[in-house]
Amino acid sequence: MAGASKAVVDSRANLPFVYRQYSPEQLREVLHKMYLIRRFEEGAEECYTRGLIHGTMHLSIGQEASAMGICMPLAEDDQITSTHRGHGHCIAKGAEVGRMFAEFFGKTTGYCKGRGGSMHIADVAKGNLGANGIVAGGIPIAVGAALSSRMMKTGKVVVSFFGDGANNEGAFHEALNMAAIWKLPVVFVCENNGYGMSTSTARSTAVKNIAERAAAYSMPGVIVNGNIFSEVAEASFKAIERARAGEGPTLIESKTYRHRGHSKSDRNRYRTKEEIEDWMANRDPITLFENELRDFGFIDDQGIEAIRDAVAREIADGIEFAKASPAPEIATLENYVYTEHA
Amino acid sequence: MDAAMRELSYAQAIQEAMAIAMDMDERVFLMGEDIGVYGGAFQVTGDLVERYGTDRVIDTPISELGGAGVAVGAAVTGMRPIFEFQFSDFATLGMEQIVNQAAKMRFMLGGEVSVPVVMRFPAGSGTGAAAQHSQSLEAWLGHVPGLKVIQPATPHDAKGMLLAAVADPDPVMIFEHKLLYKMKGHVPEGHYIVPIGKAEIRREGRDLTIVATSIMVQKALDAAAALEGEGIDIEVVDLRTIRPLDRQTVIDSVKKTSRLLCVYEGVKTLGIGAEVSALVAESEAFDYLDAPIVRLGGAETPIPYNPDLEKATVPQVPDIIAAARDLVKGVR
Amino acid sequence: MPTEVILPKVDMDMATGQISRWFAEEGAKVKKGDVLFEIETDKAAMEIDAPASGTLRDVTGKERVDIPVGAPVAWIYADDEVYEAGTTQNGAPISPLVGEMSAKPTKGGAVPPASQSVAPPSALPFLRSSGAAATEGGPGISPTRGEIGQSPSGGRATPLARRLAREAGLAIADVKGSGPHGRVVRADIEAAIAAKGAGAPEQPTADTAPQTPVEAPAAAPKPMSDDQVLKLFAEGSYELVPHDNMRKTIARRLVEAKSTIPHFYLTLDCELDVLLALRTQLNAAAPMKKTDKGEAPAYKLSVNDMVIKAMAMALMAVPDANASWTESAMVKHKHADVGVAVSIPGGLITPIIRHADEKTLSVISNEMKDLAGRARSRKLKPEEYQGGTTAVSNLGMFGVKDFAAVINPPHATILAVGAGEERAVVKNGEIKIATVMSVTLSTDHRAVDGALGAELLGAFKRMIENPMGMLV
Repeated sequence: MAGASKAVVDSRANLPFVYRQYSPEQLREVLHKMYLIRRFEEGAEECYTRGLIHGTMHLSIGQEASAMGICMPLAEDDQITSTHRGHGHCIAKGAEVGRMFAEFFGKTTGYCKGRGGSMHIADVAKGNLGANGIVAGGIPIAVGAALSSRMMKTGKVVVSFFGDGANNEGAFHEALNMAAIWKLPVVFVCENNGYGMSTSTARSTAVKNIAERAAAYSMPGVIVNGNIFSEVAEASFKAIERARAGEGPTLIESKTYRHRGHSKSDRNRYRTKEEIEDWMANRDPITLFENELRDFGFIDDQGIEAIRDAVAREIADGIEFAKASPAPEIATLENYVYTEHA
Repeated sequence: MDAAMRELSYAQAIQEAMAIAMDMDERVFLMGEDIGVYGGAFQVTGDLVERYGTDRVIDTPISELGGAGVAVGAAVTGMRPIFEFQFSDFATLGMEQIVNQAAKMRFMLGGEVSVPVVMRFPAGSGTGAAAQHSQSLEAWLGHVPGLKVIQPATPHDAKGMLLAAVADPDPVMIFEHKLLYKMKGHVPEGHYIVPIGKAEIRREGRDLTIVATSIMVQKALDAAAALEGEGIDIEVVDLRTIRPLDRQTVIDSVKKTSRLLCVYEGVKTLGIGAEVSALVAESEAFDYLDAPIVRLGGAETPIPYNPDLEKATVPQVPDIIAAARDLVKGVR
Repeated sequence: MPTEVILPKVDMDMATGQISRWFAEEGAKVKKGDVLFEIETDKAAMEIDAPASGTLRDVTGKERVDIPVGAPVAWIYADDEVYEAGTTQNGAPISPLVGEMSAKPTKGGAVPPASQSVAPPSALPFLRSSGAAATEGGPGISPTRGEIGQSPSGGRATPLARRLAREAGLAIADVKGSGPHGRVVRADIEAAIAAKGAGAPEQPTADTAPQTPVEAPAAAPKPMSDDQVLKLFAEGSYELVPHDNMRKTIARRLVEAKSTIPHFYLTLDCELDVLLALRTQLNAAAPMKKTDKGEAPAYKLSVNDMVIKAMAMALMAVPDANASWTESAMVKHKHADVGVAVSIPGGLITPIIRHADEKTLSVISNEMKDLAGRARSRKLKPEEYQGGTTAVSNLGMFGVKDFAAVINPPHATILAVGAGEERAVVKNGEIKIATVMSVTLSTDHRAVDGALGAELLGAFKRMIENPMGMLV
C-alpha cells in the first residue's frame, strides 16, 4: 500500500494543479460534492415536475466543475454572492441539501424559512450571502462585502458569481470599476454558459470573451474551461491569493454550458439538440473529472460507486427531511420584513 | 451664547449627527459622490473628510447603482454605511439596489441578515434646478415593505432622526428638503435620538388637523399663525416618518378636531396624503369627521424651471390658508 | 421496473395540463429523448421527451383532457421487462414521490399534492355569483344621481353629524343642514339637540333602534378541516370522489344563501281534488300533434306545471312579495319569473320559466319539459338559469310530505311542494277524505315579512283550490 501511495505522490509533479495542491481525500470529496450538486438538482427537478415544488427554478446541471472549482480554494468564512442559477454555489460553499430541499418545499427548516425559495437560496453561516433574482444584483453587494472585509480587517475574500447575461448590466461595470479603484479583495466569476436566457453571447456582447472586459478596469481577465475542475480551481486559487494579498480584484470567465433550459418554461428553441447532446456526451464536467481521478489513480470504480450510493442516500434523506418539516404559519407572514425588537 | 439654546442649521445638524455617529461607532462610514473635499453638493458633509479621512468619508465614482449596492453589501457584512445620493432624483438610478436588495434581503433570507444602511436624499423643489433635480420621491420608497422612510422637518429632528437611523438595524431612507438645509433651530449638543415611526404635534388646535411632511410643516405652521387672528385654531401634525406611519397620532388628532387637511410636496395623486386620508377614513376617526378630507399636494406636472411656475407647482402658505379656512368655515 | 411517464409541470402556477398531441402510440418503441407528447400551456406548447427507452404501454393520458401535474400518463417498459396489460396503472406506488403525491397533505403543507390540485374553471357554465345574477335580474336598481347620499338615514351629513344624531336619537332627515349642499354638520345636530330643550337626549325610537355601531359578529365557527373529517372514519372504509365544479358551486351558493339570508318559513295545506279533476279534463282535451315519433298529444299537464302557474299568479296578486333584496333598494319585479329546481345527475339546477304569469298552462308545460331535458344533458344557457323572481321545488314525487327549501338568491321566496295525498280533513264538523298537498314558503325576511308571505301563500292556495282561475 505504501508503495502505491508513493507512486501517486511521485507522479503528482507532472499532474494538473489540483492534483498537486490537494490531498486525494479532498479530491474525492470534490467528486462527491459534484455528484451531490447534480443529484440535488435532478431531485429538485423531479419534485418540481411532480408539482411538489412551485414557482420555477434554474438548474446548473453541467456547470458543477465551475461552482466547485471556484469555491475549492475559499476558506469557510470567505463569502460569496450567487445568482438565480445558484444551487451549485450553495452546495459548493458547504450547504446541507436537506435544508435546501426544505427551502424549495417552502418549509420553516429551509435556509430562508420558506421565504426565498430556489432563487434566493442562501447559507449565511457558510458565507453564502444569497442567490439573487436580479441579474448582476449581487455584484455590487460583493464589492460592499469586500469593502467591509478591508475596513474591518477580517482578511475575508469575496467571490461574486454571475452569468454571461450580467456582463451587459450597468451594475457589473460600476461594481468592477469601484473594486478596481479601491483594490478590494473580491473575485468576479462570470460563468459563461453561452446564453442569457435565449440570447447567445455572440448576439448580446460586443467583446468575444467577457474576460476582455477586465482590461477596462485594469484587472486581470482570465479565461478557463469551466468544465475542467482543475483549470477552474487553479484560476480561482490565484485570484483569491491576489485578492488576499491586497492586490485587487480579478475577473475569471469560466466557459461552461447548462444542459437544461434557462428555467422550467424553456423550450430550447434557440439551440439545437445536437449542441446540447454534444456537451452532455463529450464535455460533462463530472465525467471528465471522474475519468481524470481514475486515470491518475486517485479512485477506482468501487470508490466511485460508493460515492454515488452515498449521494443517493443524502438526496433521499434530504427530500424526506424537507417533506417532514413544518410549513410556515400564515400568522408569521410579515416576519423578517423588519428586524424584530426584543 | 446659552448652550441650552444653541442654534444650528439643518445641514450642520446632519453633519454633527454623522460626526457623532462616527465617533461612537467605528463601523459607521460615509459614501457618496463628491462628499469628500468638495463637502457634498449641499455642503452637508462639509469638512468631515478632514476629520475622519478618506477611508471613512469615501468619494464614489458617479455610480449610483453600484454605490448603493456597495453600501448594501457593506451593511450586510457588518458595517454601518451612510450613503448620500447627490439628489433624491438619482434614487431612480439606484432603485434596483434599494428596492430589490436592501428592502428584501432580510426577508428573502428568512431573517438571517439585517441591512443597517442609511441612505440620504436631498429632495424637493424651490432651487430652480428644474425637472430632474427637484423631485420628492419619498412616496415611491414609502411603498416598499422592508424600508423605513423618514422626513425630518427641523434641525433638531434632522440630527436626532439620523442618529436613530444609524442605530436602526434596517435600511432607513432619509429625505431632506434642500430648502431646509439653511433653516436654523435649536439643536442640543451630544447624542440624542428622535424615534423613527413617531409623529409630532407641532401646534395644538381644535378646529382642524393639518398633517404635513418636511418643509410643509413650517408652511402649515405659518398658515396656522395667520389664521389665528380669524379665530381658527389649527393643529399641525408633523408626520416625520412615512413608513412606518404613526397612525394613532393622526387618528387621535382628527378625533379631536373633526377636520383633516393633508399637505405634502410630492405629487398629489397616489401620494402621502392619499394614505393619510385613507387611514383616517378606515379608522374610528371616520365617525368624527365633520367635513370632507382635503389634500394639498404637488401639481400633476414635472417641476418647471420658471420660478413662478415652480412655486405654483407645490403648496404655498396662501394655498394652505385658503384650504384651511374653507374647511373650517364649511365652504367645502 | 418500468419507467413512469408523468404529466410534468412545465410552467409556473400550473396545476393541471392538457396533452395536445401524442407522438407515439401504445406499443410503440421509443428511445430516451424522443418527443413523446406535447403539452399545451397558456403560453405555448412544450414537447416532452421520453424519460427512458423501451415500449410505450398503458397510455392513459388522453389528449385534450385536464390532467393533474405529476399524474402518470403512460409507462415505458425496457426490452427485458415483461408487460402484462393493466398492471402498471393499478400498481402500487412506484417511487417514494408517487407515494407522497397520493398521500394526504402534510399538516399545513405549502405545496398541495398534485392529486388534490383544483382543475381550472371548466367550460361547464353553472350559476354565476349572486351579485352578477342580481344585476341581470334587477333592472333599474342603481341609484340615480339625485338619490346619491339619500341613504336610509336621511340626506347629506358628515360622519360626525350622523354619529351625534344616532347618539341623540335624532333622525338626520329631520335636521336642516347648514353646510355646503345642505350637508348636516356637527353644529346643526348640536343646535337641534339644544332646540329640544336642555334635558337629556330623548329615548331612542324604534326606528333608530341599533344605537351603537353593531359589533362585528363573532367569527362563524370554522367548518371541520378535511383531515378532521377523514379522521373520524377508518381508513379504507370510504372512497374520495373529488368535487366537480357544479358540486362546488352548489355548496358555495347554499352556504352563502343560508348564512346571509334570514330565512322565515310558512306552511299551508292545499286541497287538490278540484285541480286534479281539471287536469284530467284538460289533458283529455289535448289535440293530437304530429311529431318525429308519430302522433302525440300537444301537451300533458303535470301538477307541477299548475303549481308554477299558481305561484306566478299569486305573485301578481301580491306584487309586494315579488321582490329581490339589495342593500340600497328593494327590487320590485314586474313579472313573475319562476325557477323550477330540477334534479340532475350530480346536483341540481334551476331553469326559469320567464313571465309565467302571462303564459298558458300548455306553454309552461312544454317549456318545462324542454328545459328539464336540456338541464339533464347540461345544455342550458346561463340566461336560462340565472335570475328569476321566485322558485318552486317539488319533492312530492318522492312521497315527501313537507319540507323547507333554501332560497336561491336573488329570489326572496321559494315554495317547497310536498306530495298530494289523501288525508282525513274536518269540514263543517264532519270528517271527509280529501287530496291534500302541504306547501312551505321560505321567505327572505329582509324583503318579505311574515304577513306578506302569508298573503302570498294564501293567494297561492286560492289559485290551487280554484284552478279555473288559471285558465283565464
